[in-house]
Amino acid sequence: MRHVTSLKIGPVGFRIGCDWRAPIADLAELYRDYPKPDDGIPDFNVHLFAARPWRRIIRPSVHIAGDFVIPDAAPLPLAMGVLAAEMGMNLQMALGQRRYLLLHASAAERDGKALLMTGVSGAGKSTLAALLMARGWRLMGDEFALVDPATGLIHGFPRLISLKNEAVPVVRAALPKARFGAVMEGTPKGTLRHLVPDARAIAAMAEPAVPALILFPRFGFEAAERPVLPSETFVRLTQASTNYVALGERGFDALTDLVRTVPARAIDYPDTGTAMRQVERLWSAL
Amino acid sequence: MIAYRAASPATLRIVPLDALTLIYHRASGITHIVDAPVPEILEALVEPLSVDALLAHLSEQFDLPDADAMALAVRLDELVDAGLVERL
Repeated sequence: MRHVTSLKIGPVGFRIGCDWRAPIADLAELYRDYPKPDDGIPDFNVHLFAARPWRRIIRPSVHIAGDFVIPDAAPLPLAMGVLAAEMGMNLQMALGQRRYLLLHASAAERDGKALLMTGVSGAGKSTLAALLMARGWRLMGDEFALVDPATGLIHGFPRLISLKNEAVPVVRAALPKARFGAVMEGTPKGTLRHLVPDARAIAAMAEPAVPALILFPRFGFEAAERPVLPSETFVRLTQASTNYVALGERGFDALTDLVRTVPARAIDYPDTGTAMRQVERLWSAL
Repeated sequence: MIAYRAASPATLRIVPLDALTLIYHRASGITHIVDAPVPEILEALVEPLSVDALLAHLSEQFDLPDADAMALAVRLDELVDAGLVERL
């Protein structure tokens, strides 16, 4: 591919090749403080390409591929090249990750202990993780948390934080000095803007943490909390994992250990201020 | 007389949680999430038993107000299909 960059997020190295210069330049700038893959060897490749040579120039649209591919994935306009790269990296993780049990969850660390938050799109995983980062927590990731079956520890995956719609101004107000990517309107998830994790999140991204609390947040409801039994947590986390089945018994052991040892709560919240108070209170009660 | 026996303990990882029990079936790689009386049935079937003998055994151990051999046979057939129980 004509244009290439490589980077490491948490324990995973990526090489991203692209037919166009602009997405790689934008990506290199947003990920400028991230390390390179160990020994220069990536775990996964992402390719962003034009379906036909002339489509590099005429109505350019970015197709996403790599080591692992979803057939018929819809292309994105060139202005959303960074989003295409992020989706490409997520796709490699979702389809190809075998070393860790992958949970579709955001994670933040304090005092060596990790808080995991999982839920459907729009539940507030990314927003709450970004706001916790603004309050001094170490961001471990807004999309994937990696459970090491050998140790039970959580490894972070602090890629660019993907803020959607009303979360964009809320997080911008909480982090006025943070670095943000371009505003992308009309994406498959509405208006989207990437936030660069802070220096601490990047510097400490290789440090795992002991899982201490699992939250299932829901945005847009009256404030409420309830404990979640291990069996329900198990079912919800298998649904939130893309590689539970592929890991076989290692995945079963990692997940049963997690749900038996870590308390879980469902929290409903009407606004982010309420959610922050709920999280801090539940955390301090551990 | 048809007898039933639980799959070899070496093929099962049984983890009781709260109300439910998780069973990882090594032979198929499938995780089963089961409620009572499945764990109790698997425990009883370490020795081959007929449906009637199993029902008698479960009735001794537990208060079964609606003990029904036909219903138990249907449950056992489901467990045979899942590979958790063998039909001998």
